[in-house]
Amino acid sequence: MPLKRNVSYWEGLKYKGGGPMWAWILHRLSGLGILLFVGLHVLASFLTAQFGSDAGITINIIYESWAFQIIVYFSILFHAVNGLRVILLDFWPALLEYEREAVWAEWFVIVPVFGLATYIIITKAFGG
Amino acid sequence: MQARRIPKILSFESIMWLFMRISGLAMYVFALTGLTIALIMGARTQMDMGTLLRWTFFPIGTHVTSSDILVLEQWINPFWTIMQYLTIVFATMHGTNGLRMVLEDYMDAGWGVHVLRGLLLIIWLFMLLVAFNLIQTTGAV
Ligand code: HEM
Repeated sequence: MPLKRNVSYWEGLKYKGGGPMWAWILHRLSGLGILLFVGLHVLASFLTAQFGSDAGITINIIYESWAFQIIVYFSILFHAVNGLRVILLDFWPALLEYEREAVWAEWFVIVPVFGLATYIIITKAFGG
Repeated sequence: MQARRIPKILSFESIMWLFMRISGLAMYVFALTGLTIALIMGARTQMDMGTLLRWTFFPIGTHVTSSDILVLEQWINPFWTIMQYLTIVFATMHGTNGLRMVLEDYMDAGWGVHVLRGLLLIIWLFMLLVAFNLIQTTGAV
């Protein structure tokens, strides 16, 4: 079932879906991001194990940098929490009435958990 | 939320819809188990973000070296081996199927879809092969 758009991407961006729309976009991006992260990681470990290449080391230097860790952590945390919301509301459709509230509730979980970890990562990265 | 049409009857698409949700819940179980047991075994002060994620998603011997669990041998046992296999199968299948869903959203139905599915199947099997090999070689420590 391909999408038939009669609007441009730019017009699409102005769609006022609100919280749940952004949650859907972020879910997509974070899911793809994690897959890319895991895929490159597997590929690098394969190259290192089979051909003794330096790809594994190169990629680990990137993966262990503080900025990268913050992005990966956000992707996984958001995808997991939002995924749980999707699962719950799909299995109990009666709750769909409160979808906007559910998305707000997600952020109440994500912001403190993410913020605390980010604070620790950054203070450690800068001489903590 | 859903752009794809999910038919009520059992079809590839409806089975995958269910699979995405079941594997999502399963990953919660694996992650929380891995994290909890790592903490019980003493991984506390050396847990940077990388180590934390390794323990929660793929705890194998060569992967979790920077936590302060001194006796790493203690968790090289069938329980963890099974956990590792389940985690990697569910996570990679969830991820590649997710990629399939996204790409097919932007494709016309036709032979292209079959080529895409074939390619993704090969990529998925390759990821499994590499990961299984890692699990086997580390399990033997
Ligand atoms: C606790 C862990 C996770 C949970 C609860 C979870 C949950 C979900 C759910 C429910 C969906 C389906 C969304 C839909 O049908 O609209 C989904 C999609 C997806 N997930 Fe996950 N997931 C988790 C981990 C992962 C991981 C580790 C990866 C990558 C390897 C991943 C990659 C994807 C991708 C690429 C999609 C497709 C996104 C889309 O269709 O827009 N997920 N996830």
